[in-house]
Amino acid sequence: MYSLKCALERQKAKVRIGKLLPSPEKLDGLVLPGVGSFDAGAASIARNRESINSLRERGVPLLGICLGLQLFFPKSEEGTSKGAGFFNGSVKRLGGPLKVPHMGWNTLRITSESPLLEGVSDGEWVYFVHSYYPVPRDRGIITAEADYGVTFPAAVSAGNIFGTQFHPEKSGVTGAKILERYVELCRR
Amino acid sequence: MPLSKRIIPCLDVDKGRVVKGVHFTGIDDAGDPVELARRYCDEGADELVFLDITASTEGRNILRDMVRRVARTLNIPFTVGGGIRTLDDARLILCSGADKISVNTAAVTKPSLISTLAERFGQQCVVVAIDAKSQGVRSDYSRVSARSKPQSGYEVFTYGGRKPTGLDAVWWAKRVEELGAGEILLTSIDADGTKDGYNLELTRIVSKNSGLPVIASGGCGSSSDIVDVFRKGMADAALAASIFHYREHTIQEVKEFLRDQGIEVRIR
Repeated sequence: MYSLKCALERQKAKVRIGKLLPSPEKLDGLVLPGVGSFDAGAASIARNRESINSLRERGVPLLGICLGLQLFFPKSEEGTSKGAGFFNGSVKRLGGPLKVPHMGWNTLRITSESPLLEGVSDGEWVYFVHSYYPVPRDRGIITAEADYGVTFPAAVSAGNIFGTQFHPEKSGVTGAKILERYVELCRR
Repeated sequence: MPLSKRIIPCLDVDKGRVVKGVHFTGIDDAGDPVELARRYCDEGADELVFLDITASTEGRNILRDMVRRVARTLNIPFTVGGGIRTLDDARLILCSGADKISVNTAAVTKPSLISTLAERFGQQCVVVAIDAKSQGVRSDYSRVSARSKPQSGYEVFTYGGRKPTGLDAVWWAKRVEELGAGEILLTSIDADGTKDGYNLELTRIVSKNSGLPVIASGGCGSSSDIVDVFRKGMADAALAASIFHYREHTIQEVKEFLRDQGIEVRIR
């Protein structure tokens, strides 16, 4: 969490970490880092539902990272709580013969253009740590994919809602580029 | 595509300063962990490990400040180990911006610490460091206790490799996985410092018997050693200190060599 704050500050953003959104009307962006489990994250979303909805309606860019992205979906195999439900679909556990969590550097395959990944090319390396992955019903929201036993969405985008399954704050130069883009989008 | 193999430089720090000299040119302060971390990151390190060798308790605050400064600069993951004995020790380091903590002696003395840490901070944060030493001739097995039946011929040592524990290394590797560890940092005490190459046998038997990623450590003297530990040792990551510190090879050179050998690595 502290490293995400640092990474955004390197992009000249003013960052506040909070459990409750202060005054949503003053915010230009909202990042959901999603630390912990799906149910704990869902509880945090529920506590802030009104504020999040007002930000969403105002067109403020929302960025979900890792679990934060998974929380945009209505449900997950990790828990029993309800997510935000911005996207249809679900969140599934990684399986198969490979080691779980999927932890380490993997490459992106860009599947469609998105404002967040502008300037990021096919094959760039990003850092993942996760045991679950989202399965959107509308495949059109997927902007980048990665492979780890299964092919899964590495980044999604729909209107002002963005999500990455990888950690841009830990993804070296590529990640910094993405966070720079995100802060730019918030400034508009 | 499989995950890339990771190259991890390791920095020993004492009272917030890097102790084994790192020979970068054009660096004002060769003991500054932040500047060294940034250099390794720019060269293509996939992660960094900081091992704190400060013995005193007041050293914890110095370490926390160092971790915060590193976190402000670094945009790749980093692990901090050394002297982490309690949940509070771990919280201090993780809340200061480290991605993972590594536990060694405390995990052996109190295995439930591993579960506690995993439940509290997530499995991916918890690295268990295993220092193992060859038992030599098989009759020595009598020292290994009954609850960890000998499987490997390697015994776990704690307190910086000084104290034998009677635990079999493979048994312990399996046990820490059950307890909720996310990764194993495996050091061969015999190979450490020799620069004759990693202990491939030890690395392979632990890797084969564990579902966790294994970071091999101890003995790295060349790029070929790293090729061997990935190919023959089945390691997921290779930790090295002196070959990078003394500028025998840059990380970029090592990675290009690995790529030419057909090993998947992250090269920008």
